[in-house]
Amino acid sequence: MTIGDGKLLELRQVTQAYGRGARRFVAVDRVNFSLSAGEFVALLGPSGCGKSTLLRIITGLQRPTEGHVLYRGQPLQGVNPYAAIVFQTFALFPWLTVQENVEVALKARGMPAVLRASRAIDLLDRVGLDGFESAYPRELSGGMRQKVGFARAMAVEPELLCLDEPFSALDVLSAEALRRELLELWTGGKIPTQAILMVTHNIEEAVFMADRIVVMDKSPGRVVAELRVDLPHPRDRKSGAFLATIDRVYGLLAGQTEAESVELGTAPGEPGRTRALPDVGISDLTGLLERLDDLPGNRADIYRLSEDLKVDSNHLLALIEAAELLGFATVAQGDITLTPLGETFAEASILGRKAIFAARLRRVPLFKWLLSLLKAAHQQQLDYGVVLTALELEFPREEAERQLDIATQWGRYAELLSYDDSEERFYLEPAGA
Amino acid sequence: MLKRVRIFRSEQFLGRRFSRADLLVILSVAVVIYGGVRLGLAAPAVVEGPDISLEPRVLPRYALYSVGRMLAAYGLSFLFTMVYGYIAAYNRRAETILMPLLDVLQSVPILSFLPVVLLGLSAILPEGIAAELASIVLIFTSQAWNMTFAWYQSLTTIPVMLREASSIFRFNRWLRLKTLELPFAATSLIWNSMMSWAGGWFFLMAAEIFTVGRRDFRLPGLGAYLSEAATQGNARAILMGIGALVLVIVAIDQLVWRPLIAWSDRFNLEMVESDNPPTSWFYDLWRNSRLIEGLHTLVIHPLSERLDAFLNARLEPVGMPASTESRPSWWSHIALAGLVVGLLYGMYRATGMLLQVSPAQWGMIVVGWLATLMRVVTALLIALAWTIPVGVLIGTNERLARWLQPVVQIAASIPATALFPVVLLALLQVPGGLAIAAVLLMLMGTQWYLLFNVIAGAAAIPQDLKYTAALLGLSRWERWRTLILPALFPYIVTGAITASGGAWNASIVAEYIEYGGRGYFTTGLGSLIARATAAGDYPLLLAATLSMVLSVVAINRVFWRRLYTLAEDRFRME
Repeated sequence: MTIGDGKLLELRQVTQAYGRGARRFVAVDRVNFSLSAGEFVALLGPSGCGKSTLLRIITGLQRPTEGHVLYRGQPLQGVNPYAAIVFQTFALFPWLTVQENVEVALKARGMPAVLRASRAIDLLDRVGLDGFESAYPRELSGGMRQKVGFARAMAVEPELLCLDEPFSALDVLSAEALRRELLELWTGGKIPTQAILMVTHNIEEAVFMADRIVVMDKSPGRVVAELRVDLPHPRDRKSGAFLATIDRVYGLLAGQTEAESVELGTAPGEPGRTRALPDVGISDLTGLLERLDDLPGNRADIYRLSEDLKVDSNHLLALIEAAELLGFATVAQGDITLTPLGETFAEASILGRKAIFAARLRRVPLFKWLLSLLKAAHQQQLDYGVVLTALELEFPREEAERQLDIATQWGRYAELLSYDDSEERFYLEPAGA
Repeated sequence: MLKRVRIFRSEQFLGRRFSRADLLVILSVAVVIYGGVRLGLAAPAVVEGPDISLEPRVLPRYALYSVGRMLAAYGLSFLFTMVYGYIAAYNRRAETILMPLLDVLQSVPILSFLPVVLLGLSAILPEGIAAELASIVLIFTSQAWNMTFAWYQSLTTIPVMLREASSIFRFNRWLRLKTLELPFAATSLIWNSMMSWAGGWFFLMAAEIFTVGRRDFRLPGLGAYLSEAATQGNARAILMGIGALVLVIVAIDQLVWRPLIAWSDRFNLEMVESDNPPTSWFYDLWRNSRLIEGLHTLVIHPLSERLDAFLNARLEPVGMPASTESRPSWWSHIALAGLVVGLLYGMYRATGMLLQVSPAQWGMIVVGWLATLMRVVTALLIALAWTIPVGVLIGTNERLARWLQPVVQIAASIPATALFPVVLLALLQVPGGLAIAAVLLMLMGTQWYLLFNVIAGAAAIPQDLKYTAALLGLSRWERWRTLILPALFPYIVTGAITASGGAWNASIVAEYIEYGGRGYFTTGLGSLIARATAAGDYPLLLAATLSMVLSVVAINRVFWRRLYTLAEDRFRME
């Protein structure tokens, strides 16, 4: 730890964009960020906010379109030799044994065979995998596979250890055990790592583990807030300070319901930002509204709600966004409240719900736009490809496809439009005209 | 059972549309054929064939010759596969030319090149060497394309996560090849090698028995042995020859392919253990041998460590493949311009030669094309008619499958071209015998692709759908219409594509035959090519070969591509 200002890593105005001209989409927008030796930082945000892209830029796996990445004050060239990654889906070589998976990372650094084996065995011991050296990854459970991932990353003694949602593919119990084990190694100084950077969408996990949380938001991906977590380890999830921090983060991420014009955004092709439809299913949304309707005062603390409904924070935030967009609920200070309309919806019959849903959907600019396109079209039908091309002016291709998928699903439920999969064509339904 | 599905789904670019690169590729192929024909002009008019002995004691030697040719061609194919696929996968610019080229090359009926290659080579080399080389080139062209596709496909579908891991842990090119790329591609490479090897036998037999007019291009080997035996009507020798051939094929299967497949099970990417992993008695024997184990720990392992360390010190770690394209350099422009000029000149000369073909001959080509097309269609229909019911029966009946599958596999492994002289022996006396024999040869060469695909398709029908059909009380016809035929459709299309390619290929040896010192022929494009070779009519040879190549490529693109896309979109059950 002999660097001047203590900064291990620094990002200056880092931007990642794809495409050109009218179809240029910004995935990460002018991010400034630094990481000092001794820190454990969490990059937190909803899916699609560019946090994984940022991790790849930081490790040198990807070059940013603009901006600078400095490592120990020097511009980063190619893959960062002082960094290692623990991957979300482990990225183990299925044809190598557990020990070989760890050894191959050392072999690439030119370590002789004898040293390699003893180092690998030592690290596997430390993560509690002794006895499993000659097993193949497919013989292990998810949690054990991720331990191999950790052992491999730590074997090369990186200064900067990057974790890419390392616990999200694990079951609840092994994720919790592994989190505690990592914290023990880190806080106990048992690994020579100088800093840890963890990408996650799990708010509780970030507050539980990190010293500092960098909160990101999407479209475009950017840093919206940073907050320090000064709680001592091991942290108590039930303590007031812990819960208060979580509430603050939820408040930052769920935001505040704005005036309707701002909340809805503009239609595709018009100036201003088109609001993307959150990727949620109708039945999940209905479930959320019914649950809120059952609660006293029709309101809930968002964090409690996620515990209560057993859904992950990412999904819950998307559901809340949809409820806000349709005017079924409002959000303020980390709490969600059902609107009278939302209450009516939750208590209505199946047909009643469809009518309310359709009425609200007609106000959403993206739908307004889609319905007027269909109305103007010959025989009130349009090819999927035509609509997609039009929508691609507003969203990158993949996102445009997803938006059309969601629009199809919602539009079918509201009986505003229908879609024939074999002809790949949209039709206007009578209710949509 | 599941593994079987993978082999017969050749990964093709059938979903692609025509592009400018395709035009360039087709022109290049035309010019290359022209070059071959041009060379052939200087070929000797009489080619003395070797004396083929029918003594049983020559069989081991002949078998060794045949296997040697196969090995040489396979080695060449493997080398080609590695280099070509690697370049196509990692160089965006090269990819835009290399992949369309591969696509055209693999749909070209290779046997139609045989006369051109033989004549061209015998003009510049002594006949014996020319024939050897031609057979190796021919086998190479039948083996290389699908292996290259498999390798390219594997390289481009390696999960990003594994690529990122190998970059962040600083693998160099060698370590990446050894730890990531080859293991990832292993299963697909081995299955495709097996398929290539089987195809290779078909072409080797054809190359070993090729005679037209006074040119005898035969090679000492099992194929020539069989054709000589049939010519002499020596039943005992025929049986001996077929026996030797089957023995060689089965031995290679048991001693090479089965062990390789059992070994390569570890490269299965699935993160769950397979229910019944492939087994091989020879592999088990090998693994349990102390001698082999000692050899491994004492010699092979230290050597490979040395090699890794040596290369590690000299190679740089590689990053992720760049996602943006670099600007083309000036020399690539010059190279492209040179290629285009060369092509234009070649086209000019080729057109000159084609102008010598008389309208009457063009008429013959059209008639011949129609006749061959009819034969291909007939062979396909007959194959469909019997393979669908039989395949469904085997595919849905475990007990039947257990004893029938090995029998079918051995029957399928005998290359149809080896049996052809024998079939002729029986059919030449019958009026129209050669026309029947031609269809029969096409059928023998193609039906197995269909059968294996139908079996795989029938076995893949989900059990709960079968239960549902039974619970709904569907009649037999209803069940076939709503469940079995739609479920089989993608498999039938895949099988039929390979089968029709094989049938066109077979026409060249099936429609014209030298037998007992006399030439017999039936109308067809294949016989036209063979007769043009015999008569030394080079313009006609060029015109007929080009017609065959173009029509097969066109049929693939226009007809099969649509069916394939339909099958993949609508009927695939995954």
